[in-house]
Amino acid sequence: MSRYFIDRISKRGVFTLAMVAFLILVFVAVFMLRESLPALSKIGLGNILLGVKWYPSHDSFGILTMVAGSLVVTLLALAMAVPLAIGCAIFLAEVAPPRIRRITRPAVELLVGIPSVVYGLVGMIVLCPLIARFSGIGSGSSVLAAAIVLAIMVLPTITSISEDSIRAVPAQYKEGALALGATPWQTIRHVILPAAHRGIIAAIVLGTGRAIGETMAMVMVIGNSPVFPTNLFAPARTLTGNIAVEIAAATGLHESALFTTGLVLFIVIMIINSFGLIAYRRAK
Amino acid sequence: MYHKTKKRWFLLSLTGLLLAALLLGGCSQSSGSIIEGGSSTVQPLADKWSKAFEAQNPQIKITVQGGGSSAGVKGCAQGVLDIGAASRELKSSETSQWPDLVVTHVAADGVAIVVHPSNNTADLTLEEVRNIFATGSNATWTVINREEGSGTREVFEKKVMAGTEVAAGGEFLPSNGAVKQKVASTPSAIGYISLGYVDASVKALSIGGIVCTKANCVGGSYPVTRYLNFITNGKPKGLAKKFIDFCLSTEGQKIVDQEGYISLK
Repeated sequence: MSRYFIDRISKRGVFTLAMVAFLILVFVAVFMLRESLPALSKIGLGNILLGVKWYPSHDSFGILTMVAGSLVVTLLALAMAVPLAIGCAIFLAEVAPPRIRRITRPAVELLVGIPSVVYGLVGMIVLCPLIARFSGIGSGSSVLAAAIVLAIMVLPTITSISEDSIRAVPAQYKEGALALGATPWQTIRHVILPAAHRGIIAAIVLGTGRAIGETMAMVMVIGNSPVFPTNLFAPARTLTGNIAVEIAAATGLHESALFTTGLVLFIVIMIINSFGLIAYRRAK
Repeated sequence: MYHKTKKRWFLLSLTGLLLAALLLGGCSQSSGSIIEGGSSTVQPLADKWSKAFEAQNPQIKITVQGGGSSAGVKGCAQGVLDIGAASRELKSSETSQWPDLVVTHVAADGVAIVVHPSNNTADLTLEEVRNIFATGSNATWTVINREEGSGTREVFEKKVMAGTEVAAGGEFLPSNGAVKQKVASTPSAIGYISLGYVDASVKALSIGGIVCTKANCVGGSYPVTRYLNFITNGKPKGLAKKFIDFCLSTEGQKIVDQEGYISLK
């Protein structure tokens, strides 16, 4: 009785757990949609999504500036972080002597664990004044400050996952290339990196997800101005920041519009993840 | 094995029962604690009040939270807070949604227009301030606003902007403290914070020649003033009333003055 009973129970158990995870996702989506309904019906999705003015107390609820803000900051951050992270991963996996790797690898992993509010604080106290001095205008709260902080935040995520996938490339590939007379760099460039392709894409997708969802650090360094991110040295606002700054004080239609902001963010992240998944499947 | 599972279930349900008992017990004991929260302007004051009050009434515990004026109103109306703090009056939308809310003035406050200490500007007219905030950041000014829903922002919009919108091109920060920090670290910054937050790290401007001091706020000559309010669901009663009475007492109002706000006496 006992062994088979446990087998049956555990099968059902893990099935239930899997369903719970899925149901939570469905529940969150339904809840956000329900809370967004007043805004969607009274203001209209078009006016929210394509509106360029956000002034809730004067009934303006456009979030296009923030959609742009989130995307621009994320893309800038990735442009800085991806080359750095892949270089770092190659170094850690292929070039670094074991002694150095023993120190740098845990250090990179430790970076993942630093709370985002700490990154935000450093950005606010150190980076913003530097940028203000460099640009000679404003307080330093800017798209550039946000992108740099984000780049530092996603760097460890992309690095450690890329490194794992580079390490997972079978040793025979490398040995074969080297035996054929390829230099170590040629081996990395033409054998190892192509073989680790999928893992690196997955790393970038995960990094993107973290970047676009980042909230606290963004609120602290971007200045939260609901305008288009047209100038690197001027403030902007992200979708996440819009919710975080205003939700505590929001009531009625304003609150509902913030839930719509969340819904839009949810959809943007799903779209990015789907693109990532497609790229991941295409790569062999 | 089977018995072990059964025993585990028994333990689990026992824990559940115990937890439920604890929670219920906790509820009936609530006479010993109140939760106050909301406006970041009122928060430092409420902190001091609660410490003084607890020193006199060690059996009563007061938890002070932030969150902003609107959060104070909402939290109080929804029963999350025993006392909501707001640095503004109730909006018509709030009184119509929650007609039972009762407002008690507990202190008064001025909203100071502040700049970096190195800034040569010492005086602006109300209209000049309005123009700066309606224009947004430019080469001369870095404009620091509060977020939508902030009581300080609401008072500022009503008394300074007078219907003109603040420009989207300024910065928007979520608390008095954040605005003060930003103004203190930015030579070109201009922002507005509660008089209670003003210290040497920022310079308060005079408006049309009137300095933002307690005397000028009390006399009514300084234009940007407001009451700080405690909000209760229905007339204050029980512990909440006891605490509010303490805040309004001579001793409580002395704390108001010590903290840089304006007492009602």
